[in-house]
Amino acid sequence: MAGARVERGTRASQLWAVGITIGLAALVAMPFWGDPGDMRLVAEMAYYLALAQLWNLLAGYAGLVSVGQQIYVGLGGYTLFYLTDRFGIHPFLAIALAGPVCALFSIPVALAVFRLRGAYFAIGTWVFAEIFLLVVSIIPALGGGSGLSLTPSIVRSISSNRAGREMAIFWMTLAVLVVVFALVYWLLRSRHGLALTAIRDSEPASASLGVDTFRTKLLIYVVTAFGTGFVGALIFLQKLRISPEAGFSLNDWTVVVIFMVVIGGIGTLEGPILGMLVYIALRELLADFGTIYLILLGAIAVAVMLKAPGGLWGWVVHRYDVHLFPVRRRLRFEKPD
Amino acid sequence: MAFLLELEQVTKSFGALKATDGLSLSVAEGEALAVIGPNGAGKSTMFNLVTGDTRPDEGRIRFAGEDISAMAPHARSRLGIGRTYQIPHPFAKMTVFENLLVGAIFGAGQTERESYDTCAEVLDLVGLLARANAPAGSLTLLQRKRLELARALALRPRLLLLDEIAGGLTEHECNELVETIRTIHTRGTTIVWVEHIVHALVSIASRLIVINFGRKLAEGDPREVMADPRVREVYLGISA
Ligand SMILES: Nc1ncnc2c1ncn2[C@@H]1O[C@H](COP(=O)(O)OP(=O)(O)OP(=O)(O)O)[C@@H](O)[C@H]1O
Ligand SMILES: [Mg+2]
Repeated sequence: MAGARVERGTRASQLWAVGITIGLAALVAMPFWGDPGDMRLVAEMAYYLALAQLWNLLAGYAGLVSVGQQIYVGLGGYTLFYLTDRFGIHPFLAIALAGPVCALFSIPVALAVFRLRGAYFAIGTWVFAEIFLLVVSIIPALGGGSGLSLTPSIVRSISSNRAGREMAIFWMTLAVLVVVFALVYWLLRSRHGLALTAIRDSEPASASLGVDTFRTKLLIYVVTAFGTGFVGALIFLQKLRISPEAGFSLNDWTVVVIFMVVIGGIGTLEGPILGMLVYIALRELLADFGTIYLILLGAIAVAVMLKAPGGLWGWVVHRYDVHLFPVRRRLRFEKPD
Repeated sequence: MAFLLELEQVTKSFGALKATDGLSLSVAEGEALAVIGPNGAGKSTMFNLVTGDTRPDEGRIRFAGEDISAMAPHARSRLGIGRTYQIPHPFAKMTVFENLLVGAIFGAGQTERESYDTCAEVLDLVGLLARANAPAGSLTLLQRKRLELARALALRPRLLLLDEIAGGLTEHECNELVETIRTIHTRGTTIVWVEHIVHALVSIASRLIVINFGRKLAEGDPREVMADPRVREVYLGISA
């Protein structure tokens, strides 16, 4: 049937694209209208969203439920500190190198953990993260257990004054979020997205149709490590110091991220946005409650998983059938009379 | 004669059970071969060995003269081996159309642009065009079986392995399916078809093989094979 046409956008997605552009423009201008405290919160939201979207790609699309992504946050951070300190590389260049370094490290890790299935895979990734933590804490060049700090001269090389530095880092964080989001979206709309969704639904059937399942998963694992390392370097540029516990923190870089993705809706691009907003809102609201806050978060996670297994966004799609980041290909055809 | 598919003394055990036991068979290019056998005879296992879903313990499998015994499943499908699964494995979260795109793009190696036409054409052929944009998970069992067939066709197979795609169809639906398969065969695709419905098989296939306990029990002209007393006893449970 010659001339088959395929539609990829939706009306909602076109409106949404306009909305996002306006929203982003407002955020880019934030240094001129917002206060530094709010800017720090927005930057935190941006890097958390980037991490969430990457974990979502890995677990929600490639089915690789890793609880060891803190490996690459830590490794990215250490790459920044080590390269700037040892070789006098400019921090911006070091951040750009954090991605490739993490991608390189992720290949042997992948080859080891890909032999494991299901829960064993998850545990395997976690074990690897603990190994990274232990190894880094005994390497003197990386500051051992107490870690590293960015020296004042390196900090000044970003900008001579504090306001300029915060502005530069703020803009970089937004840029990284846009790059990560665009990368994930582009991947999912490309042929790789088809292969991933196919593998997630049936691995044998996808192989029987020509999908190289191993290579596809490896590609996604490496791309995710690349992105996560990149974000990790940026996170620790803001913090100015890194230690093994902070860099390879299971809680901060994986548990929180999984919470966001699962609450928001795993396997959708919209879900992590919603999940991140819910997490940040809860944290700000419940900050005064101490440990009860963690119990509440857990309770909410369980409630959402029971009531809406597709997460909040899954519920929205079920109710209203809206797709803000459409990855579908709809065939347009003339019905024969 | 040039054989497209050859199995040579292939054996596959699951524990103590020999699902395939020294099986040899050849399929000529352009042929339509029918395979029957009682439940658990090893028919699906034979397909899994050809597609690479399972690896043989012993023996050799050749496709178009090339030894593919150790080749990964995706590489075999790219050579032109298409299959359906007895229990449909739809990509439930994708639309019917997208299910086919996978085969056209990764199996047949088409560009996205080319794949759209291929897939629309195949959907039309199997009668699923009206369901093109429906999630595959929402299909009825019958439609799922058609989707299995359509997906395998989207990879433009040289060899098509059909595993019980007519089970549970009404007489009319079965006739429709037979006509679709006849069209595919006349267009030049080599077919191996496993089915319990012998009259459907016989209207397409020129040769019939009976498998029992992983071994070849009889082989030849369908009518002669069905008249063979051993076949009647084992397969139909009627002693001669
Ligand atoms: N992965 C497996 N693990 C263990 N045993 C298996 C496996 N696959 C098949 N078998 C066994 O091998 C034997 C042959 O199975 P197979 O599915 O090939 O039979 P079949 O001829 O297709 O039967 P049916 O007509 O019921 O589809 C059966 O006894 C089955 O239980
Ligand atoms: Mg079977």
